[in-house]
Order: sequence, then structure tokens, then C-alpha cells
Amino acid sequence: MKTIGEIISKYRDRSDLIDLLSEVQEEYGYLSEDNMRIIEQSLDIPLVDIYGVATFYSSFKLNPAGRHIIRVCKGTACHVKKADMIEGVLDDLLGLRDKQTTEDGRFTLELVNCIGACAKAPNIMIDDKVYGELTKEKAERIIKEFTGQ
Amino acid sequence: MAKVSVNLNGESVEADDGEMIIDVARRNGIDVPHLCWNVRFERIGACRICVVEVEGNPKLVASCSTPVKAGMVIKTHTPRILEARRTNLELLLANHDLSCTTCAKNLKCRLQEYAHDFMIQEVPFSGKRKREEVDYSSPSIVRDNNKCILCEQCVQVCNKIQTVYAIGLQNRGFKTRVAPPMRMDMNESACINCGQCVVACPTGALTEKSSIKEVIDALNSGKYLIAQTAPSIRATLGECFGLPPGVPVTGQMVSALRDLGFQKVFDTNFAADITIIEEGTEFIKRFKENRSLPMITTCCPAWIKFAEQFYYQELHHMSSCRSPQAILASLVKTYYAEKMGKDPKDIVLIDIMPCTAKKFEILRPEYKGEADYVLTTVELAKLIKQYSIDFLNLPESSFDSPMGESTGAADIFGQTGGVMEAALRSVADLMSGQDLQRVDYVNVRGMETMKEAEVDLGGNKIKTCIVHTLGEARKLMDQIRAGTSPYHFIEIMACYGGCVGGGGQPGPHRKEILEKRAGALRKEDSDKKIRKSHQNPDALRLYKEYLGEFGGEKAHKLLHTTYTNRCIIKKCK
Repeated sequence: MKTIGEIISKYRDRSDLIDLLSEVQEEYGYLSEDNMRIIEQSLDIPLVDIYGVATFYSSFKLNPAGRHIIRVCKGTACHVKKADMIEGVLDDLLGLRDKQTTEDGRFTLELVNCIGACAKAPNIMIDDKVYGELTKEKAERIIKEFTGQ
Repeated sequence: MAKVSVNLNGESVEADDGEMIIDVARRNGIDVPHLCWNVRFERIGACRICVVEVEGNPKLVASCSTPVKAGMVIKTHTPRILEARRTNLELLLANHDLSCTTCAKNLKCRLQEYAHDFMIQEVPFSGKRKREEVDYSSPSIVRDNNKCILCEQCVQVCNKIQTVYAIGLQNRGFKTRVAPPMRMDMNESACINCGQCVVACPTGALTEKSSIKEVIDALNSGKYLIAQTAPSIRATLGECFGLPPGVPVTGQMVSALRDLGFQKVFDTNFAADITIIEEGTEFIKRFKENRSLPMITTCCPAWIKFAEQFYYQELHHMSSCRSPQAILASLVKTYYAEKMGKDPKDIVLIDIMPCTAKKFEILRPEYKGEADYVLTTVELAKLIKQYSIDFLNLPESSFDSPMGESTGAADIFGQTGGVMEAALRSVADLMSGQDLQRVDYVNVRGMETMKEAEVDLGGNKIKTCIVHTLGEARKLMDQIRAGTSPYHFIEIMACYGGCVGGGGQPGPHRKEILEKRAGALRKEDSDKKIRKSHQNPDALRLYKEYLGEFGGEKAHKLLHTTYTNRCIIKKCK
């Protein structure tokens, strides 16, 4: 694993911030407060700006993510096809309520704007695979496959 | 820069090529309503209230961020523009917390003012409202994001002008908010309490932390009540009662404080003279020993916190002298309490200050048990109004002895360059051992944010620099850190214009208004017979009776202080 110092040494200033944050996240899975503070000190970028960029882009994570990432599509087509319902079903199944990641660190749930599979709405993506034309039952079956229950 | 001619509301006017439309309009006497524009800030074009029509462009454009071009035909107040402004205001109000009558900015809110001007009696849209907890953690500033319209004025002043970076924009879309990073509250953040964000905020999202309730309790506590008023208050308080800027109300202010129930009203100006005596003595000693130069003034608590956070390795450059507020507070609870045979605990001292950071300063552990509360100028005006005191018709009265007399040097403390000018008057005399005629050091005056002046004091060339706003201070501190500072003596004030532009002063803080306030202080100075701090007869008596020599042991114990390393970058693994 690359150290944070090794990663930062490749970048110069705030014009590189997004690339730097992306690489840190790739290596560590998320952007920790400590790592953001180390970037602040090393490249002399105000913490408030680093935090602003990290929270602006939904692809940056501020908390460690679960082993599987479930992306619920909230694009227009999925919205019309009741993506809200699918989100609620997943929340209940995984016991998430206001949290993003399950207690056992197995799943992280994210809302995304469009995954580009509108014809099969409503969609979710688990890791790199798209699951379309979801119903409550289908969603339950897919999650059970993952949890092995 | 090249000049171009544009047509503004049917009149041909000249403008710099690339100048923004709003600036051209205002220069020609046409005001364009705006919420996110400030002449000193970056133009972000966020509020869309300043929209205007440009011939040939089918859309309305934001005048704050659209540059003029040769031959441009601009209209600023057509029915279409008024309608667009009204709609944009309605949209801003659609998700605004409309608790106006119970808002701290009620009657001072620009959004409210425009809603009134545009006769918005009902909001046709109903948007989702923010529901955030109000942040009361700071001793100086209250942050209520439910009233934020994301105009970024606070972010601009904090990050671009002050370079403090305490707050910034986070998240995006509806969830966008202004806050310190990492879920810190205001008290944990890098905030230096200067209150310039409070002044910049057009709504009630940032307001000062009020001590009015505590002061009313104190007024009825039966304790011995003393007030002190900072140099700049007399030049700004009148504006809260409808007087034009630059009309001093010293006598009425003292009378009002007596009417409120204060037994004694002392003048922070008296302590300003003592500051100069101590700071001047300290400077001469350091200059002769060529030690820890440049020396930097320490009257401004926001600047002190800034230095402690960002330049903690350079704190030996700070004068060890307390601010005038803290000097008077120390003297009230020691010298004056002893003189009157009172237990300091039975005295309540309330400071009337131009500044939200003074609320933080009195909480510093070094000053524990001295000043009890700070009221800003704006808060004092509210208190006077609550007690239905007819302020403008009050007879004038004078400050109380033994800490009410001051020299002209103290009067100018409330503006940028004032402390330096006062110090130079005394340092010149104390260095030469003569009573020199010179009292005017014009090179240190004016509103430029960085001013240099070389002064010949008794054959010694002393290089001075005066800055206001902390972005400018940062430049000087970087020089000091690099060992390349050419100066001997530096004055730093956090707020634009000095204390007349403080975070607790009535708004708006436009340059012309601040200049008028400074002019009033300058006139007080030139009208005084004694204009050098070290000739203040009451101060000299105090040294003779109680403190001993200038910069002596007792003076050091009571009038000097220490600073703390507040490095805000937490140690990481």
C-alpha cells in the first residue's frame, strides 16, 4: 500500500486537488480526516477548500465504504418507476435507516443521478453489475444472494 | 486602461473596458439592487437580483459579473427587469426561514428590505426548508444556516480578505451549506471572531452573540457598575439613532450610560494612552537592543488570535502590551478597586466595543475576572432603545475621573494607522528626551490596506508599516518568517478601516462611511490641547501613585500579557 506521503509527492498544488483526492480514495477506500489534514499541510491548501471539494462530488467518500457498493439510481426514468420504493426496501433489508454503511461493513448504499440504463428502470448497481426492472421481490432476492440467507 | 463609451439608460457614459456593468452604473449614480456583490470581493453572480438588460442579448445578465463592451446599450430598471428581480426574490424566499420579526437581523436585513421594496406580500412558491441546528458555540458569532441564501459574502471576506479560511461552501445542490470544515462548530474552527462575516451577511445567517440580557441582569444586580467605551464608539453610535456618519456623540453616549445605571463611565482612550506609553517604551528598548524587530502592535484581539494560529513561531514579534480594553479592565479591578476600598468581585465592568472579537478577548484565561461583558456598538444602541432613552436629546456629560482624561493620540486609535501615529508621537519624544513639535505623521494615514512610512526619530530611521485586513497582515508575516522584513514597527488591525469598520459597528461598511467616521476621530484629536499620550496628566499621576516607572515591574504585571500557541493544524499520524 502506498503511504499518503508517497501519493502527495506526485502532486504540486490545488489545481491537482481532484486527481490527488481520487488517488487517495482509490488507495484507502475513502478520504479520512487525517489524510485531508496531511494534504492541507503538505500542499498548503486550506482545509475548508479540500473539504468543500470532497463534499461537492458524490464520488468522494468521507467514511470507509462497505465491501459491496450498492448504487440506487435516482435518475428521471428510475424516479418515475418508483426508485424511492426500491431505496426504502433496501434500507429496510440492510437495516440502514440514516446510515450509509451496514454495521457489518458488508454494504454501502449510495444514491446516484443516472447510471445510464433508463430502458430497464428502476435500476440498481451492485459493484460493477447493473440489476434492472426491479420489484420489491426481485430486490429482496438479489440481496439474499449476496448475504447467502 | 482603454476607455469605452456605453449607453446607460439612454445616457452615453464612459467606462473602463472590462469594467462590470454594476460598477459603471453605481459610479454614474444608478444603484442596482444586489445581495452578493461587494466592491471589494470577487464577483460570483449568485443572487441574480442585479440583473439588467443588454440590447441584442435575449437574456437578462447579472450586472455584477458582466463586463461592459464598447457601444453596449444597457437598461437597469425596465418593467421586465423589475419583474425578474421580483421573481428571483420570491424564489429566494421560497425556502427561506421567514421568522422575520424574531430574527436578530430584523429591520437590518437586505433580503427583507428588498422583499418590502418589491412589495412581496406572499410567496407564490413553497420550497423545501433547511432544518439545521443553530450554532451558538462561538463567544462572538451565531451561525444560523436556515437563514443563509448562499450569497457567499461571508466566505469571501473570511477566505479572500482575511485569509482565515474558517468557513467555506460544502456539499452541493439543495444541501449546499456554509460551515467550518469537518463538522467543526464555529468555536472549534479557525474563526478569529473579527465579525466581518456578520457585517457582510445580508440576512440573519450570521449575527453577533448578544450579551444584552446578561447586561440587563447586571444593571439590576445591585453591584457597582462601571462602563468603558472604546475610541471608535463615539464616532459611530450616532448612526444607530439616525445621525449621518462622522458625527461624534461622546457626551450623549456618556449620559446614556449614566441613565442606564452605570455609576462610573471610564474612557478606554485613557487606557489607549497607557498602551502607547508601555508599547512605546517597549519599542525603544527593543530598538536599542535590536531585538525581536519588527515589533507588532497588539490592540486587536482578532489579529492576536490570527497570529497565535498561523504564525505561532513568530509570537516574539508581538508587543507584550495588552490592548487598551484589557489595560482598563486590569486597572479597574486592581488600582481602582483598591483606591475605592471595594472588593473587585463587587464591581461589574462592561466594555462597549466596536468588535465581536473583544467578546472572545475577555474570556482569555490571562484576563479572567477582569471585564465581565462586552457590548458592541450595535448592542449598546439596542439597549438604549429598550430603555426608551431619548438619545439625541440627552445633555452631554464627561467621563469620570480618574480614568476619563485622554489625549488626541488616543482618539485616533479607532482607525487604521492611528495606533502607529500615536506611538510615533510618543516614541519621538521619549527617544530624544525633548518635547518635539511634530504631531502629524500623515504618511501613516489613509484607507490603503498597506501603508509604509519611514520616520526620522532623533537621527534614527525607523521603518514602519501599517496594514488592515489580515490578508495584508499575512504578507508581512510571511516576510518576517522568511527573515526579509525591512520594518522596525508594524501596526496590524484585522478589520478594513480599523475599529471604525469593526464587526460590531453599524453597517454598511462602505469606504466613504468609514472615512467619515475616521475623520470624526481625527477632528477630536486635532481639537485637543494635549496630543501625545505620555503627556496625559491623569496617566502620569497613575504612574506616580501606583504603577511606578514606564515599563517597570508593576506596569509589566498589570499591563502586559502573554500569547498562546494555537496551532490549528492538528498533529496527524
